[in-house]
Amino acid sequence: MTALLELQSVEARYGPVQALHGVSLAVEEGSIAAVLGANGAGKTTTLRAISNTVRRTGDVLFAGSPLGRRGPEAIARLGIAHVPEGRGTFAELTVWENLRLGAYTRPGSLGADAERVLSYFPWLEDRRHQQAGTLSGGEQQMLALARAFVQRPRLLLLDEPSLGLAPVLVTEIFRIIRELNQREGLTVLVVEQNAHIALQLAHTAHVLEVGRVALSGSSAELRRHEAVRRSYLGY
Amino acid sequence: MATVQTRDQPGPGRDLLAVLAPLLRPVSLLLIAAAVFLIVGSLTSEIFAQQTVAGLAQGAVFGSLALALVLIYRATEVINFAQGEMAMATTYVAYQLIQWGLGYWEAFFATLAFAFVFGTLVQLLLIRPVQHRSTIAVVIVTVGLFVLIDGVVGWIWGADIKFMPSPFGQQVYHLGGVAISRQDIGTFLVTILSVIALWLLFQFTKLGLGMRAAALRPASARLVGVRVDRMLALGWGLAAVLGAVAGLMTEPSQFVLQPTLMQPVLIYAFAAAVLGGLESPAGAMVGGLALGVFLNLVGQYVHFVTAELRLPFAFFVLLVVLLIKPSGLFGRPRVRKV
Repeated sequence: MTALLELQSVEARYGPVQALHGVSLAVEEGSIAAVLGANGAGKTTTLRAISNTVRRTGDVLFAGSPLGRRGPEAIARLGIAHVPEGRGTFAELTVWENLRLGAYTRPGSLGADAERVLSYFPWLEDRRHQQAGTLSGGEQQMLALARAFVQRPRLLLLDEPSLGLAPVLVTEIFRIIRELNQREGLTVLVVEQNAHIALQLAHTAHVLEVGRVALSGSSAELRRHEAVRRSYLGY
Repeated sequence: MATVQTRDQPGPGRDLLAVLAPLLRPVSLLLIAAAVFLIVGSLTSEIFAQQTVAGLAQGAVFGSLALALVLIYRATEVINFAQGEMAMATTYVAYQLIQWGLGYWEAFFATLAFAFVFGTLVQLLLIRPVQHRSTIAVVIVTVGLFVLIDGVVGWIWGADIKFMPSPFGQQVYHLGGVAISRQDIGTFLVTILSVIALWLLFQFTKLGLGMRAAALRPASARLVGVRVDRMLALGWGLAAVLGAVAGLMTEPSQFVLQPTLMQPVLIYAFAAAVLGGLESPAGAMVGGLALGVFLNLVGQYVHFVTAELRLPFAFFVLLVVLLIKPSGLFGRPRVRKV
């Protein structure tokens, strides 16, 4: 296995506030990796450093070559789909228009992608003309996943997919993420506060503390780890 | 598979309600009432009908310039004070092309192409460098552009009045007792067709979808690969095209071309855009048409509102809307993003 994504001592700052103090981590192709940590540990910023939506230094390598100073548009076109905080829903547009935006960078329209996406999210069919902003939180999260899936990415970046959702929906969404990974071979980097469910889903995990990677390992290892158990799993 | 419950199961009763619901909103009721009033009025009085038709033609022009303002407001969050002057400058370009021997419609389409490039360049060269500073900086640049265009047009073509042929001629048709000029019909059709073409572009093409996404949610648009900066420049180009249509359609109604051509029209367009709701393209068109008809009817039936008071009256409309319903007919009160 080779690393699809590699961060090498990445630093990032918002104005005078430094959010990342040299984050290094790697995500294997075809795997699911989780980034855990408390509020303000730099989880979201790590994703933003990858899609270059925050000022960063240090190297981000995608499939072996540095992303350098490419803008977010160019990075999306390389095959990295970033579902940001707030899910990136185009609330004013219809459900179907949101999906069409996923296919924006490709010639032609949705085409066969529509069928594939509907096999995962059949309910989208009945809602295609509904304004996306009127969907419930869970539905918007699924729409965001669907849109990202239509992008046909090699790497999917997910920012807190469980945020604000009822437990039953969280389970449902994580099941779909696992399915996308297993059936489509999609590599996923997911940021989560809910360490329990993230460690069930992910193959590997990285624990961030104040802008640094404090711990890295397989999910099984981290589940057994004394400090992780006490701080993030709560037993 | 996903087991999300869909809450509103469509049933026959609900379907009918869903279809009727948008018609029952206060704005729709108001518009339906206005339409009924205009139709009944037109059927009972020939003068009323004549004024209504003329008002629709003028209103379509107000609406198209208002739409240009709205397009830019949605994408850049500023009012482009130079929109009218850009339209005026492009009308001079059409005049020049006709002087050089082009037919009217060849000059018309060449001018639209010129306007597109012109609008795009304005965004790239003047707006983009200051866009990330502050809203007020952009506004000041548009005010500066107003003055600049005025100066350059005066320098090239002089301040004296030019004459340009009307593409529609001076014929008048009689429908029953109602006299309708070919001029009004042509103006209305050309303007409405351009607006429809633009609507089709925004609604049904990938480019249009990208432009809407870029204007509504630039950060999210970037993450799906939309080149937002390019889209904003194209948006300014399209707004300038709409402005050019407005300019070209204003000129024949004034019979003359001079640097002040679009200044009153810009005021009407402001009023129309505010009336419709600054964020709403449909609102801009409806606002323009409503204002055009309203001003004509008021001019006909309210005797103290003479031609000199038309412009102040448009201002009055603007003020009333801002006082009573600042978000306009179609706008929604907006929660400020922090």
